[in-house]
Amino acid sequence: MAEKKLMKGNEALAEGAVRAGCRFFAGYPITPQNEVPEYMSWRLPQVGGAFVQSESEVSAINMVYGAAATGVRCMTSSSSPGMSLKQEGISYCAGADLPVFLANVMRGGPGLGNIAGAQGDYWQATRGGGHGDYRTFVMAPNGANEMANFPHKCFEIACKYRLPSMVLADGIIGQMMEPVEFMHPEVDVKALKEPDWALGVNHGRAKRIVKSYDLREGMLELMVNERVKRYRQIEAAEVIYEEKMMDDAEIAIVAYGTSARISVAAMKLAREKGLKVGLFRPVTLWPFPKARLAELSKRIKKFLVVEMSLGQMVEDVQLSVNGRADVYLHARPGASVMTAEEVYTTMESISKKGAKEYATAK
Amino acid sequence: MQLLNKRPESLLDVTMHYCPGCGHGIVHRLVAEVMDELGIRERTIGVAPVGCAVFADVYFNCDMIQGAHGRGPAEATGIKRSKPDTIVFSYQGDGDLASIGMAEIVHAAIRSEHITVIFINNAIYGMTGGQMAPTTLLGQKATTCVEGRTVKQAGYPIKMSEMLATIDGSVYIERTAVNSAPNVMKTKAAIKKAFKNQVDGKGFSMVEILSMCPTNWGTKASNPAEATKFVVDGMMPVYPLGVYKDADAVKK
Repeated sequence: MAEKKLMKGNEALAEGAVRAGCRFFAGYPITPQNEVPEYMSWRLPQVGGAFVQSESEVSAINMVYGAAATGVRCMTSSSSPGMSLKQEGISYCAGADLPVFLANVMRGGPGLGNIAGAQGDYWQATRGGGHGDYRTFVMAPNGANEMANFPHKCFEIACKYRLPSMVLADGIIGQMMEPVEFMHPEVDVKALKEPDWALGVNHGRAKRIVKSYDLREGMLELMVNERVKRYRQIEAAEVIYEEKMMDDAEIAIVAYGTSARISVAAMKLAREKGLKVGLFRPVTLWPFPKARLAELSKRIKKFLVVEMSLGQMVEDVQLSVNGRADVYLHARPGASVMTAEEVYTTMESISKKGAKEYATAK
Repeated sequence: MQLLNKRPESLLDVTMHYCPGCGHGIVHRLVAEVMDELGIRERTIGVAPVGCAVFADVYFNCDMIQGAHGRGPAEATGIKRSKPDTIVFSYQGDGDLASIGMAEIVHAAIRSEHITVIFINNAIYGMTGGQMAPTTLLGQKATTCVEGRTVKQAGYPIKMSEMLATIDGSVYIERTAVNSAPNVMKTKAAIKKAFKNQVDGKGFSMVEILSMCPTNWGTKASNPAEATKFVVDGMMPVYPLGVYKDADAVKK
């Protein structure tokens, strides 16, 4: 049993990344993720790693692009407006098959929005975000403990399948302090095998090239299709979700991150009032647990999606249940946080016969 | 019989796509010769730009990375900080370095990154077909300033060497040209010094090289011989050759 520590979500994420073997970090200050670069600035030198405070988010992701090309485990973190700036570089990482770890501690948007926690970057994170055909492995933590432990999985997936991976948190999870327990053994970076594509001192081997382009006719399609094979493997093997009280549920709440925490309280309220409500929490947002939701939709006929955005994940739920069940939405965009009581009220109204589908709370 | 000259080992025997009279091929060869002479080929990582030299990743016989437009110095930073025992160079054109990548080059110099930058200034966007560059001369015609660059519409040509020389982190900044044999020889010496500085752990070095673009310079200068004259008569008065900074190492 590992030792429990009281840590802030952002610091837990940074420490978790270092323990997962991260040895290069580049980032730019933006609220509410500042604890990540602050922590990395003193922690990485302790383990022989490098920290750079870059001149912009654009530069940070490109430093990470360069670091990743040498086979070093590396990451950058930001919050919503900064993640927008990183999208070009993320697309290049995806196009060059580089394993990089990203963290987005989401805040209100669009534009400058505000600095409170929000979930408005779901589409950006799960649809690619940058230009071109690609995927990013995305995990949604529900608290500081998962912030501490998800970097391990993200590095593992990124390195195994050679793609960008991301922790999609929000300002509430980044700022909250909770007991955390680092579950995974610390990665010994010296024991990691150097990838056979990594740039470096070459000792007489043939030159290596890291690139995302191929101008020859038909070759780019081959390059993308080779990548798609790995995406299919991830979809088949790496889906993670959590279910609470789903065995007898007649209404299933679908929520991730902070929304899922609030939904637990709403679910308990509903159970006290006699409503058979369960919670389905996608932990990987891509790959989305669509097969499990499809299976559940054979039995459960009402799904309530709860999200701190205008209604983004609801589309994935609709695609998953594919008309077999009614899908409802309780949405709070603009970095507003729903209360358990208001989610309960929505559940009560949709539990009635003939409730209007896809209703919003307000 | 004695072999007097041969292709450098650091340059692969592949067909280059550069236009007749272009300076990129000359500079590629100089960089490769320097890598050979310093014996650093097997620990050098080159960063190819977006622009005419995008395929430099194919031409150089060392590990190469090709990334986003203008971000070469950032990529080089990530590489060098992760693998300090490598020699890292960023090869960039004027649109790449002086326009979209202005922040990256300036801040790499500010941090005195231990990298070498080869900057080709031909006062035009070549790959995209002759648009105005930040280094396009006043009055010089381009496809986005068909009557010639004006101050009113586009401001002034940027003098990168002069600007970067003001930065404390810059260790060595020199502007050379490849319009003539003597200048090619001077360019090689400058490139060698810029790489040697990195081998010696001195800090940020950049060589700005005035180069020809006969394809995109318009009617008269589309003759390669005339193009070399434009480097002398057109570019050198605006971009004087010389050493702009040659300092000792910045302690890191």
